[in-house]
Amino acid sequence: MGNFLMIIIMAVFVNNFILVQFLGICPFLGVSKQTGNALGMGLAVTLVMTMTCLITYPIYQFILVPLGLQYLEIIVFIFVIASLVQMIEKFIKKFSPSLYNAMGVYLPLITTNCAVLGVAELVIDKAQMLSLLGIESMNIGVAVGYGFFAGVGFTLAIVLMSGLRQKIDKLDVAPALKGFPITMIAASFMAMAFYIFNMISIG
Amino acid sequence: MKGNKFKGIAVDGLLRNNPTLRLVLGTCPTLALSTTAMNGIGMGLAVTFILICSNTLISLLRKVIPNAVRIPSFVLIIATFVTVVRMVMEKFIPDLYDSLGVYLPLIVVNCVILGRAEAFASKNPVLDSAADGLFTGLGFTWALTLLGVIREVLGSGSIFGVELWSFRIEFFTSAAGAFFTYGVMIALFNALFAKIDNVKKRKEFYAAYPDAIQPEKLETKTEEVK
Repeated sequence: MGNFLMIIIMAVFVNNFILVQFLGICPFLGVSKQTGNALGMGLAVTLVMTMTCLITYPIYQFILVPLGLQYLEIIVFIFVIASLVQMIEKFIKKFSPSLYNAMGVYLPLITTNCAVLGVAELVIDKAQMLSLLGIESMNIGVAVGYGFFAGVGFTLAIVLMSGLRQKIDKLDVAPALKGFPITMIAASFMAMAFYIFNMISIG
Repeated sequence: MKGNKFKGIAVDGLLRNNPTLRLVLGTCPTLALSTTAMNGIGMGLAVTFILICSNTLISLLRKVIPNAVRIPSFVLIIATFVTVVRMVMEKFIPDLYDSLGVYLPLIVVNCVILGRAEAFASKNPVLDSAADGLFTGLGFTWALTLLGVIREVLGSGSIFGVELWSFRIEFFTSAAGAFFTYGVMIALFNALFAKIDNVKKRKEFYAAYPDAIQPEKLETKTEEVK
C-alpha cells in the first residue's frame, strides 16, 4: 500500500512527466490549445503508456535479458509501440466509435511521442526508478502502475496548460512572444508550482 | 550554382530554419539537457552524427523504399544508428553516456531527425541530404550549447565545468528555468528575424520604387536646408 501511494505521488506530482522530466513536450505544446483536445490526447497517451509498460517490461526481462540481447531494446521497443498503437486504434474504432472520436485521432501521433518510449526505457532501468520513485524492487506491477500514473501526470499537466493557453491567447502580447515563447514561459511558472511537491515526504 | 545551393542549405539549417529556435522541434532533449554546456554539446553532436548517417542512408534508399512503409523504415534506420551511437558512447565516453541518460535512446523519436528524413532526405540527392543533415545538426548543436552556456553560467556559476564564480541563481538549473530560458531565447530570435525581414522588405521596396521618399534621407535633407 505504501508503495502504491508512493507511485501515485511521485509519478503524478513530484516527477511529473512533462514539467519535471521534459518527456512529451511536443504534444504538450501542440495539442494544448483546447481543453477537449488536451484531455483526449492525455487519455490516449495514458492508455498507450500503460499498455506499453505491460508489454515491454516482460519482453525485456524474460526475453532480451536471458538471451543477452539488451542492446536491441530500442529497436524492439519502438516496434512494439508502433504496432501497439495501430492495434489499439483498430480496436477502439471497432468497439467504441464514440471513444474513437474522442481520442482516436491522437493515437497515430503517439508512436513518435517521447513520453511513450521514455516510459518503456525508464521502467527497465533500476537506478532511474530508484531515483524517480524511491522503490528498489521492480516488478511488472510497479512498472505498469508507473506507466499509468505517469500518464495521469501527463494528462494533468496538458489539461492545466490548455486552460492557461485559452486565457493567454486572448491577451495582447508582444509579437515576438506570441505562440511558443509565451507558452514556454507559462509552462515555466507551472513547473515552479510543481516544484512545491518536492516538499512532500513519505515514510 | 552548386556552391550557392550548399550555402542555402547551410543558412537554412544554422539560422533561418534552425530546428531548435525557429521550428521548435526536438524540445524534450533541448529542455532536459541544456543544464550544462557540455551536455548540450554532447547531445547536439550525437544528434548531428545520427542525422548525417540517417539522411545519407535514407537518401540512398529513397527510390527503393515503398511510399506506404516509408515512416516505419525511417524509424528503423534511425533506431539502428541510435543503437550504434549508444553502444559506442557507453564504451568510450561513459560520463557523457550517464548524463544523457534516458534521452539518448529517445533520439529515435526526436522530431528533428524524422522531420529531416521526411521533408528533405526522401526527396533529394545524397550529397545534399548529407549536407542538410550536417547543417541542421550543427544548428541544433549551437542552439543547445548556447542554452547550456546561459543556464550553466547563471545557474551553476561555471562554464564547460570550469568554475567562474560563486554567484548562482539556482532557478536556471531547475525545470522552470529550462522553460523560461528557452522561451526567452525563442522570443529574442523571433524579434531578430522580424527585424531582418523588415530591413529586407524595405530595401526591396526602395529598389522597386527609387522615386519613393525615404524617411531617413528626408531628415538629412531638411538639415541641409537649414
